Amino acid sequence: MSMPEKSRREPKFHIVKRSSIVWWKAWLVRVAAVAAALVVCALITVVLTGKNPIGVYATMIDGALGTKRRVWSLLQNVAMLLCVSLAVTPAFKMRFWNIGAEGQVLAGGLATAACMILLGNRMPSSLLIVVMAAASIAAGALWAVIPALFRARWNTNETLFTLMMNYIAIQLVSFFTYKWSVPKGSGQIGVINRETKAGWLPAVFGSDYLLNILIVAGLTVFLYVYLRYSKHGYEIEVVGESENTARYIGINVKKVIVRTMLLSGAICGIAGLLLVGGTDHTITRDIAAGRGFTAIMVSWLAKFNPLYMILTSFLIVFLQKGAVEISTIFGLNDSFSDILTGIIIFFIIGSEFFISYSIRRSGLKKGEKAA
Amino acid sequence: MKKILAIVLAAVMTLCMMAGCANSNAPVDGSSSGSSAPENESSAPEGEPVDSDFKIGFIFLHDENSTYDKNFIDAANAAKEALGLSDEQVIFKTNIPESNECYEAAADLADRGCDIVFADSFGHEQYMAQAAEEFPEVQFCHATGTTAHTAGLDNFHNAFASIYEGRYLAGIAAGLKLNEMIENGEFAAEEAKIGYVGAYTYAEVISGYTSFFLGARSVCPTATMEVQFTGSWYDETAEKEAANTLISRGCKLISQHADSMGAPTACETAGVPNVSYNGSTVSACPNTFIVSSSINWAPYFEYIVNCVKNGEAIDADWCKGITEGSVVLSEINEQAAAAGTADAIKAASEKFAAGELHVFDTSTFTVDGAALDSYMADVDTDAEYTPDTEVISDGYFHESEMRSAPYFDLRIDGITTLNEKF
Repeated sequence: MSMPEKSRREPKFHIVKRSSIVWWKAWLVRVAAVAAALVVCALITVVLTGKNPIGVYATMIDGALGTKRRVWSLLQNVAMLLCVSLAVTPAFKMRFWNIGAEGQVLAGGLATAACMILLGNRMPSSLLIVVMAAASIAAGALWAVIPALFRARWNTNETLFTLMMNYIAIQLVSFFTYKWSVPKGSGQIGVINRETKAGWLPAVFGSDYLLNILIVAGLTVFLYVYLRYSKHGYEIEVVGESENTARYIGINVKKVIVRTMLLSGAICGIAGLLLVGGTDHTITRDIAAGRGFTAIMVSWLAKFNPLYMILTSFLIVFLQKGAVEISTIFGLNDSFSDILTGIIIFFIIGSEFFISYSIRRSGLKKGEKAA
Repeated sequence: MKKILAIVLAAVMTLCMMAGCANSNAPVDGSSSGSSAPENESSAPEGEPVDSDFKIGFIFLHDENSTYDKNFIDAANAAKEALGLSDEQVIFKTNIPESNECYEAAADLADRGCDIVFADSFGHEQYMAQAAEEFPEVQFCHATGTTAHTAGLDNFHNAFASIYEGRYLAGIAAGLKLNEMIENGEFAAEEAKIGYVGAYTYAEVISGYTSFFLGARSVCPTATMEVQFTGSWYDETAEKEAANTLISRGCKLISQHADSMGAPTACETAGVPNVSYNGSTVSACPNTFIVSSSINWAPYFEYIVNCVKNGEAIDADWCKGITEGSVVLSEINEQAAAAGTADAIKAASEKFAAGELHVFDTSTFTVDGAALDSYMADVDTDAEYTPDTEVISDGYFHESEMRSAPYFDLRIDGITTLNEKF
């Protein structure tokens, strides 16, 4: 907070918006950011634990990929994060700030759990899975379409609305986990249908995780094509750029908003289905595990491109797994892994700044682009 | 000048923060001094140490910031020291929620070559059982669970401690305190009402408050009790509110079965005596804390490690009490406790050891006005609590003998539950 001095001095640096950047330069910045983040993480780890940084990185890789189970677990977590990221993407592309993915996943998960608990022994498992899928997609879509209808009709603020829907979903899950708790009064449901495995999504090629991964892979391709080559995708893009333009060229903006949020919510519902029916076989209020919010970052970092999102979600899950391993191996509190992940994500987001803007030294007359 | 000053200040602050972090990490490793297990003699046979390739993994619901988990972590460190295990042989996983993550954690520990995997929270049980099915060569031990004796898995075990004995002793301290206040003319004998903050209407809680009440009534015959439930194992605000409700309803002494500091601090503020749980709260409540009962898990940890070492089977249900050092009482706070408390507690625990005293002696309580001579409890857990086992014989309710986790769920006369919604 130094006071400006009398003599007028030019600041030494200017921040200038880049008009464009070569793709490889952009990636160079990103890779440099990750490298810088790893250096800072290593420094912090060394200061706090006194371990050598190479060992720390080795531990990180070991934590993410060290055993077959860890690789599967990593892929499964990437798939789930990617699934939620895919879900929020069409809405974001439309400049509709759906930050209610967490709640939409919970709604889908709750619907799945409800089917498994209430219909578990009343129908064959294959039929039950069909019912579960329908229920979870409907629940997720419902949770998303309510704010969309309000926005389309009364122009309510979708950011606040979707955010608040999260809390309603969390409380609903709390209510039902209490109502259906086993044993009664314990406040948790535990593994649903552990003996009969009714409603458990089948293992594919001997792996409990592969089905989830394949479904999400399919969704990724679908969404890539949908956003890029379909008429709907084009409409979403136009509405996102300017609602007035969209109206001018005859796009029914309200219809696009509602339709897109139905899709967004439906995919979240699928995420809920895969989590509850596929891997966890239970429902708790934190089953979405913050993915609804992390997904926003994954989607943004990938510039709403479903194929890039594979990479960004992999990066984030890899870092999380690695950081947790560091905490376990070095006997540190779990919060330490949050610190490391936080640093890395901070750097990655920061790198986007350097991709959009460049820093120029003052005095050098660059002419036309002085901001 | 100012800029330089600012930079120096920033640097100093950064250093302080780093130092702070480093310090705050110290107790995590350094808590192995085993404050919770003071007089526990190691039950491990001296001599041959455990194999160097032996490993044990622990799964904790929270970390040492929760009194509940700290109790386990301290015991694990104490056992580690007593058994001479190295850092590599003991793996902690903290903040593992009661969800599929528990299964993932258990499976990962098995992958790492752990011979024993232990989990500390009730909700971990089914995920532990799931892992036990998958890894038959690894022993899975679970505290507070109820299903090991019916699960049909050789490598899945439950454990608890006869904490009701500790509660009973703590209740004696409460009753003596009430007597002292009656003698001092603070209130009439009929007004000796105890308040109790419970989590859920779950057998573990009911068994706890009933044994506490019976202990208090054994020395203060006019004592009555009111119980307020919070619907959560850890909710500081709700626990504080519940304690304040009870105090405003005329309760003269408060105890609790919930894990936060909510009730003890409410008592300290209101100047109402408090009998605590899970460890001493004397540092925060020097004027009102009387005594606390808690479970010491170190004997169990040593037991399971020694079983594996000697190739013996681990009991499906393990439950030990005061005599074995599994249930301990904290130091009595002389400032708040009534005179003679230590002696009365000592006398009663000797009677426990001699088998002369039973907490749930059917001659000391009635249900709906009548004494019980038979009761079918839900020992083989199911969702509906179907009664399946006769638990009253020889004139007392046999708590924690048919399985380790408590199953006493009778509502006895003299105790009023204010909100049974949880």
